[in-house]
Amino acid sequence: MQSYDVAADGLRGLNATLQAQKQETNQTRWEVVNPKGSHAIAVGLDAPIDVTVKGSTGYYCAGMNKQATVRVEGSVGPGVAENMMSGTVIVDGDASQYAGATGHGGLLVIKGNASSRCGISMKGIDIVVHGNIGHMSAFMAQAGNLVVCGDAGDALGDSLYEAKLFVRGSVKSLGADCIEKEMRPEHLETLGDLLSRAGSDARAEDFRRYGSARELYNFDIDNAAAY
Amino acid sequence: MDKTPGTLPIQSATFSNSINSEIRRAAATGIYDIRGGGAKRRVPHFDDLLFLGASVSRYPLEGYRERCGTSVVLGTRFAKKPIELDIPVTIAGMSFGALSGRAKEALGRGASAAGTSTTTGDGGMTPEERGHSTKLVYQYLPSRYGMNPDDLRKADAIEIVVGQGAKPGGGGMLLGQKISDRVAEMRTLPKGIDQRSACRHPDWTGPDDLEIKILELREITGWQVPIYVKVGATRPYYDTALAVKAGADVVVMDGMQGGTAATQDVFIEHVGIPTLASIRPAVQALQDLGVHREVQLVISGGIRTGADVAKALALGADAVAIGTAALVALGDNDPKWEAEYQELGTTTGAYDDWHEGRDPAGITTQDPELAARLDPVEAGRRLRNYLKVMTLEAQTIARACGHNHLHNLEPEDLCALTMEAAAMAKVPLAGTDWYPGKPGF
Repeated sequence: MQSYDVAADGLRGLNATLQAQKQETNQTRWEVVNPKGSHAIAVGLDAPIDVTVKGSTGYYCAGMNKQATVRVEGSVGPGVAENMMSGTVIVDGDASQYAGATGHGGLLVIKGNASSRCGISMKGIDIVVHGNIGHMSAFMAQAGNLVVCGDAGDALGDSLYEAKLFVRGSVKSLGADCIEKEMRPEHLETLGDLLSRAGSDARAEDFRRYGSARELYNFDIDNAAAY
Repeated sequence: MDKTPGTLPIQSATFSNSINSEIRRAAATGIYDIRGGGAKRRVPHFDDLLFLGASVSRYPLEGYRERCGTSVVLGTRFAKKPIELDIPVTIAGMSFGALSGRAKEALGRGASAAGTSTTTGDGGMTPEERGHSTKLVYQYLPSRYGMNPDDLRKADAIEIVVGQGAKPGGGGMLLGQKISDRVAEMRTLPKGIDQRSACRHPDWTGPDDLEIKILELREITGWQVPIYVKVGATRPYYDTALAVKAGADVVVMDGMQGGTAATQDVFIEHVGIPTLASIRPAVQALQDLGVHREVQLVISGGIRTGADVAKALALGADAVAIGTAALVALGDNDPKWEAEYQELGTTTGAYDDWHEGRDPAGITTQDPELAARLDPVEAGRRLRNYLKVMTLEAQTIARACGHNHLHNLEPEDLCALTMEAAAMAKVPLAGTDWYPGKPGF
């Protein structure tokens, strides 16, 4: 286990060290101590390494992650795992706004709650939130799966494209062009797999699925109020 | 027969034929007019300024014999590898999607041959574009289409786009006709939809967040490359100041004549301020913060000639960016396509339905047959020539004003032809020592 002290050795050194790990590295396990809410911790990683952050972080933790597994033993600020390409990011606590924003791939697990705009503009990432999510989540979400074991706030899935949303609890309101859809066997299979990988014991059968009505895909004057 | 004299029919200045035609079009279709390009209305512009040239108090440099430098370095504030350009004219961001792959290749070829940079757009970086561009600026846009850390690290600079001059406060638009299989795949969107890009970034709001976003991008790219912040000209003083505060290496200020691939005509013509009006406030902000020349200023929006370049630099810019002019150099709106423009209900010089993907010149299209009309090698050569001519023109003016580098041009070299231009550029009305708002008057 390699250890890096952010407070003592600085952010630049942390990211440079982690980014320098290559595909064949034998330094596969890292511990980051004293994050103290720093921004941009463990960003731009691109190697199959495991990084555990011992404490809470600021903005953009694990941003643009590829391959790496990053676990935060605390809560995270806005934009955790933003634009993630692959790999896994696990947050033991809560997440602030924009969790998983624009992510293209990989799995983001939030053991606590996620604030507003969770999964905004997601492009293929899978996000599993064990708790609740805030308003405007999955806004303009293009692809991937957002799984919410708790409740969802206002305007879920507003202006949604092809992302799939699964919510076990209540949905305060749906956004423009977002509707409840039939849960078919393939969806249950996908959902079950995601819940399992995210360490949740929730049953896929207890969720409802939401997706795009696809009525705003092409401009129509009669939809002016929705644009 | 009644011989009573009558007045000639009087056209209304308010309800002009153009306005009335738009009313009829709106009534018939029920949707706003969408088009490409920038503001077409007459606004105060570089044409309203003149250079004073050398006189008794200043002596000129000999044309072709005495050197007049044109190079510029962008990103000297924080980046380990600033961009060094041979000329202060760059190619503005235009997306693959809005433009054909061949057009993007031609832009890269032309810019590289002239020793300058080109810029991606909303839709990501294509291998062709990277391959043909010696220096490529990668735009970081609200949509984040195609955004990935590998391309980010291939870029020579990163341009965070907050807004653009054609539509400050608006997002991108690419109608279904241009969402081909490749464009759809790059943007992770269904084919054929009317794609609406977000108007603001999904994971930051305001200057404090922007500072952290810039930190993240620098950490991902190892603090190697410059980070630009591009804004549509609306509040140039404050936007420049806030971009500097957030840590930008370069501020790009895009006036309302700057083009777009597609947006509402009402947006293009009624939101934002002229390019000319944006320069002095932006420069003032840099000077007030003590970073003029340390944080470089790039001006865009309606730059057409070497005279425009020289005027922008004289007012304090470090470089300019061109978009529409570059497309014209490639072959956009060329009279040789007049018959086809007529079939599309328009004419040479007025064609702006770039969003429809039916461009006869094969530039603003994803139609393979139309796109094949553009030879990227020849078009790149034309762009290279045009960039060289602009540079020579700017040098001609600078020498006439006695300067051995384009960056030595200064406001004192200029006068204004109109009160509006004098007020915006803060240079005297021709033949006077006064401009509106001048302190002490």
